[in-house]
Amino acid sequence: MAVLARTSAETLESAWQETPDRPAYDLVRPPEVGLAMVRARAGGTGTRFNLGEMTVSRCVVQVKGGAVGYAYVAGSDTRHAELAAVFDALLQDTARRPAIEIAVIAPLEQEIEAARAARRADSGPTKVEFFTMVRGDN
Amino acid sequence: MYVAVKGGEKAIAAAHRLLAERRRGDRAHPGITLKQIAEQLSLAVDRVMSEGSLYDRELAALAVKQARGDLVEAIFLLRAFRTTLPRFGVTEPLDTGAMRISRRISATYKDLPGSQVLGPTFDYTHRLLDFELAEEGDPNSVSAAGDPGDVDERVPRVVELLDHEGLIEKEEPDDPDRPVGDLTREPLGFPADRDVRLQNLARGDEGFLLALGYSTQRGFGSTHPFAGEIRMGQVSVELVPEELGFAVDIGDLTVTECEMINQFKGSATEPPQFTRGYGLTFGEGERKAMAMALVDRALRCRELGEEPSSPAQDEEFVLYHTDNVEASGFVQHLKLPHYVDFQGELVTVRELRAEARQRKTGT
Repeated sequence: MAVLARTSAETLESAWQETPDRPAYDLVRPPEVGLAMVRARAGGTGTRFNLGEMTVSRCVVQVKGGAVGYAYVAGSDTRHAELAAVFDALLQDTARRPAIEIAVIAPLEQEIEAARAARRADSGPTKVEFFTMVRGDN
Repeated sequence: MYVAVKGGEKAIAAAHRLLAERRRGDRAHPGITLKQIAEQLSLAVDRVMSEGSLYDRELAALAVKQARGDLVEAIFLLRAFRTTLPRFGVTEPLDTGAMRISRRISATYKDLPGSQVLGPTFDYTHRLLDFELAEEGDPNSVSAAGDPGDVDERVPRVVELLDHEGLIEKEEPDDPDRPVGDLTREPLGFPADRDVRLQNLARGDEGFLLALGYSTQRGFGSTHPFAGEIRMGQVSVELVPEELGFAVDIGDLTVTECEMINQFKGSATEPPQFTRGYGLTFGEGERKAMAMALVDRALRCRELGEEPSSPAQDEEFVLYHTDNVEASGFVQHLKLPHYVDFQGELVTVRELRAEARQRKTGT
């Protein structure tokens, strides 16, 4: 879910279109947008407090003759939640899982890691090198 | 008191049409897109998310556009929208120690494991207008030159890392059974605990908190602050949906965190040590996070045995006035018809003047 949540509806849409033998599914809980209260801690480690809310989309699907898939993803794109739930269901199918992991999850994981590496590399040159001035002996 | 007045519907409808027209501006220029606002006015979007208390970049960009760039109005729009949504749950507390940092600095320690990382900052710019930006088209993409050494995936928290001697107070360990106060569900009460105070400050107006934080530096409840650590970057968010019963990673948030360290002479129960103030905002909000940390520390006076003597230490004064949606509503309600009140006041003033005249003439 960590991978499916960090991608976009468009990416999942094309992955879904390219999935062979796309099964039919029912919406057990149609996709909807709601809120999650984001908690944090004072000083990062102390007392819990409510920082503010974020939008979350969720969906539950039942794949015909298959598993029930759940999705909770950040943001207000309901199609994102629906497709993430479908893939969640397909990933529970031991026959389908390996193919989906190779075709969908692994490339997305790589994309997410590449984006993170790009961010690290962006900030890399802004690391400060300190020079200490040493006074001469004479 | 204000009374219901009928009439003016046509004028109101026409005013709203005019507003829409002014919002669009000169049609000789293309309309601005939400993507452009989210990408190129990203700090405006961040402020609206922070004070609107709702993390959603697209909705915040829409609010900025609809409000013609009036950020307090945009914050109001976002707050109003959130009331239309159900709440699915509460997230696990963010682990800001595991933040994937874009920026991390400390004004208290020079050499840190993980280094000082400036990131995308206005600091050290000369604040000269850059006329290259006034030109049409894109300036060439400039990637930062120099050693492309990576930033560490995870950097230790400055305060904890370097306090071997116990000179900096420890955060109070949290009681997991303690309910967490929520101002969106329960009204503010006094004395307010730190969880409620921090939530109030996190939603609070940046300008108001900045002024209050500034006042503490200028001697109104001085707390002798140092910026122990400021970090900005992405954190993962985990939600525990009721029907699943386990935590699900639902994505990333960008947040800015500030840890202020303050000199403290000690009290009857506490030895002299450094105390802490904390600030956290959605998005990139460094000034707000710093101001919040200053005010958080000032408001901790009661628990640290300090005598409150200044506005920033007066929790009723501070917490009742941080919210710019409430403040703007109450100030702007003065525009509503007060015709009857004012007629009443006129009568009173006329009577008082007549009495005063009678006393003067001695009749």
